[in-house]
Amino acid sequence: MSDQNINQNDSGQINSYRRKFLAGLAGITAVVTVAPGILLRQVQAKPAGDAVTSKVRWGMLIDTNKLSDGGDACIAACKKEHGWGDEKLSRTAQDAQWIRKVKVTEKLTQHVTELPVMCQHCETAPCVDVCPTGASFKRDDGIVLVDKHICIGCRYCMMACPYKARSFIHETLIDQRPDTPRGKGTVESCNMCVNRVDAGKKPACVEAAPQAMLFGDLNDPKSDISKALKQFGGTQIRADLGLNTGVRYWGI
Amino acid sequence: MNKRITFSEVSGNRTFYAVLAGAALLIVMGFLSFLYMEHAGHHVTGMDNQVVWGVPHVFAIFLIVAASGAANIGSIGTVFGKKIYQPLGRLSLVTAVGLLIGGLLVLVLDLGHPDRLIVAMTYFNVKSIFTWNIILYSGFIGVMAVYLWTMMDRSKTVKKFYKPMGYVAFVWRIILTMGTGSIFGYLVARQYYDAAILAPLFIALSYVLGTAVYTLVLMASYKMAGRELGDTVLNRLRYTLAIFITAVLFFEVARHLTNLYATEHHGIEAYILTSGGFITFVFWIGQILLGTFAVLGLVWCRKLKNNRLALIAASILAIVGGLSLIYVTLIGGQSYPLVLFPNALVESSFADGTFNHYSSSMYEVLLGLGGVGVTVLVIFLATKVLSLLPDSLADSLADPHHK
Repeated sequence: MSDQNINQNDSGQINSYRRKFLAGLAGITAVVTVAPGILLRQVQAKPAGDAVTSKVRWGMLIDTNKLSDGGDACIAACKKEHGWGDEKLSRTAQDAQWIRKVKVTEKLTQHVTELPVMCQHCETAPCVDVCPTGASFKRDDGIVLVDKHICIGCRYCMMACPYKARSFIHETLIDQRPDTPRGKGTVESCNMCVNRVDAGKKPACVEAAPQAMLFGDLNDPKSDISKALKQFGGTQIRADLGLNTGVRYWGI
Repeated sequence: MNKRITFSEVSGNRTFYAVLAGAALLIVMGFLSFLYMEHAGHHVTGMDNQVVWGVPHVFAIFLIVAASGAANIGSIGTVFGKKIYQPLGRLSLVTAVGLLIGGLLVLVLDLGHPDRLIVAMTYFNVKSIFTWNIILYSGFIGVMAVYLWTMMDRSKTVKKFYKPMGYVAFVWRIILTMGTGSIFGYLVARQYYDAAILAPLFIALSYVLGTAVYTLVLMASYKMAGRELGDTVLNRLRYTLAIFITAVLFFEVARHLTNLYATEHHGIEAYILTSGGFITFVFWIGQILLGTFAVLGLVWCRKLKNNRLALIAASILAIVGGLSLIYVTLIGGQSYPLVLFPNALVESSFADGTFNHYSSSMYEVLLGLGGVGVTVLVIFLATKVLSLLPDSLADSLADPHHK
């Protein structure tokens, strides 16, 4: 009886070793097969508990020649994602605009270009420098945004931004999007869809104009955006200010 | 200090209380405006996403800059040892504190979230000039309070600190005004700012505004208290005012000539000097004609020597000039469009490439005037409870060289 038990225990142990071995093998196979797909993806989901790292610098490349609508689709997607643009009481000049279509006509040649302009996610952001409370800040991954919970609404960042990318909320808002806290008396701007990026998705505007916009890690030389920028370069708006923007353009 | 000079509190008469009541009324109006703007949101103001700082900021900057200048009267007496200014020191410091509190309140109450001020007081981003200013402004009140104590206390222990505190206050003031000027000086984005000359310009401006406000406060206090105020003191203030106005003019001319030399600034200069409509009008009429040349005329016209009405007019015009300078810098600088693409015409739904229009709402003006009310209340209440005013500033007493 006792021998039988021992034999049964032995065979049970062997079975359990076998199961673990097979499971391990399957695991390794899965990792080897799937990992490149995950690890080499342009956009990678960040586990919610993990801190943002400076190994990544998110950036955007916009080819204005391929934006047949000048960016209207991007603007619509941004509005839908973040819920701005339906202020009821504010005057036109007081309405928030996270992204806008700018028409540029060169004085000498009369050449016209249309492009979407939003927060350029500067490496050395003037809005971050001037903010007294640290509400205007840059994440380690290069995304510049406003912490609406500590913004005191002094608007100094709006004075400092060379791109006029920021808006102040002039009225009480209701029904905000869950992922986009907004509120009266605070400043806001494009946050590169930080909610989507952290979930491994692309910003709404990039999804709306995939033919003309690339989103990815500027620090990763193998990313599509880095390869494209290395090969063809990319223009910064007001490059003379030396802000090293995260948003680059073609065709301007 | 001249030993014959004695100080005492003012007794307060009907005019005095009428002034206090007027100030209180301004404060109530300003406070109600603040409540309304905070409740409704800034959509009820003239400010928008293009002109983000408006008339409240003009008032706030005016009061804060004037505060630094008002304390200059005390500094001349302490730091530079000018005897005639020494009896004027006490009122000078209280005027400075009153101006600063008024200005600070306007600035704070215009915030989108004044309820979160504690955040600004507990977290400091040292790269921000605003952070520096929070420390400089609140520190200013403390420094002035201690300086005033050393000025008023006759015990030897405290008197030891009178001179050192004078120096501390002097340096603190200069840094404070530079800090205020630097709010604009370090803004690379705007064509009319981003110039280091704004720091010394604001220092000179502070002397003009401070002297002008102080002169008016002194004359009003003495008139109400029925005390004697001699021409010697007033003439000193008169010429001080004129010298500082010339200094502001010098820096202003230098600023514009420097801008005119650089092609990239031709646009903004043309806007301010010739085509800016109301801004151009305020610059030439308010700042240059009334605020500079009219004041210099009133001060240096020989026939007007010892003429008190002329001095009052000169002080008021100097204030008009200073307010104009701040208005043109602040509003003019913001109404000129940002240059996204040089050599190109730019247009968008967000007012790119257009000259932004700003017209202040009543609430903004009332909030600003509320700050003035606070200033007036602080100063005159202080003269009632503290021995700030010399019993007499007659020439025979105040003038060390009087024969």
